[in-house]
Amino acid sequence: MKVKISYKGNTLIAGIIGELDHHTAEYVREKIDSELIKATTKNVIFDFSKVTFMDSSGIGVIMGRFKNVSKLSGKLSVANVNPQLMRIFEMSGLLKVIPVYDNIDAAIKNM
Amino acid sequence: MQPINYMKLEFSSKSSNEGFARVVAAAFVSQVDPTIEEMADVKTAVSEAVTNAIIHGYEKSSGLVKMECILYSDGVEITVEDEGQGIPDVNLARQPMYTSKPDMERSGMGFTVMESFMDRVEVISEVGKGTKVTMYKKFKSLSKG
Repeated sequence: MKVKISYKGNTLIAGIIGELDHHTAEYVREKIDSELIKATTKNVIFDFSKVTFMDSSGIGVIMGRFKNVSKLSGKLSVANVNPQLMRIFEMSGLLKVIPVYDNIDAAIKNM
Repeated sequence: MQPINYMKLEFSSKSSNEGFARVVAAAFVSQVDPTIEEMADVKTAVSEAVTNAIIHGYEKSSGLVKMECILYSDGVEITVEDEGQGIPDVNLARQPMYTSKPDMERSGMGFTVMESFMDRVEVISEVGKGTKVTMYKKFKSLSKG
């Protein structure tokens, strides 16, 4: 599991690489939260293009970050979600509050 | 339908074994050659069941998680069992979004994911004794007729 942090303009992009489960969730949380403390931006895009597996623990990680950035009036979205993961997104109700885009460019455009 | 293969695995209730257990289950069912999507469904459901055993069953203590797989030519039955604290109200625990650990950023979707990705999920639990989750899935890509 790796989290690749990059910036595009005023937006933090968190590229999740590997398997996102309960075991790796803690690392992802800490990595993004510590980056957000340093960063001037409060806008976050999760890049899921390199997520090879995710269970419902991933939903908890996304919702947790969404709550944090919302408190700071920031925005959060997710890009590049494969169909298998999309099923978990759908059943969790996450799509009602968090926008999902086909790619990073679309996510940035709508930030 | 006669079982064609069987396996049993026991491992410590460490979170690093969540990945181990789901990969073992996927490798075992791959013998009958289900689709990639069907294998991903099994992996996800096993991951949810094993995670529940580790974070809810054993919580701060530790113990052994047992996984059994019975393989059929066109499906699988998987049991994940712990000897942890048990679930006081199984019906409540199975409700979507219900979590006994809201502070842990858990989504409360574990059982819902298992039910969606498998055809049938049975939960037997006794407080102080443990929990046994049995999941069935038919590989529709392999069923005849």
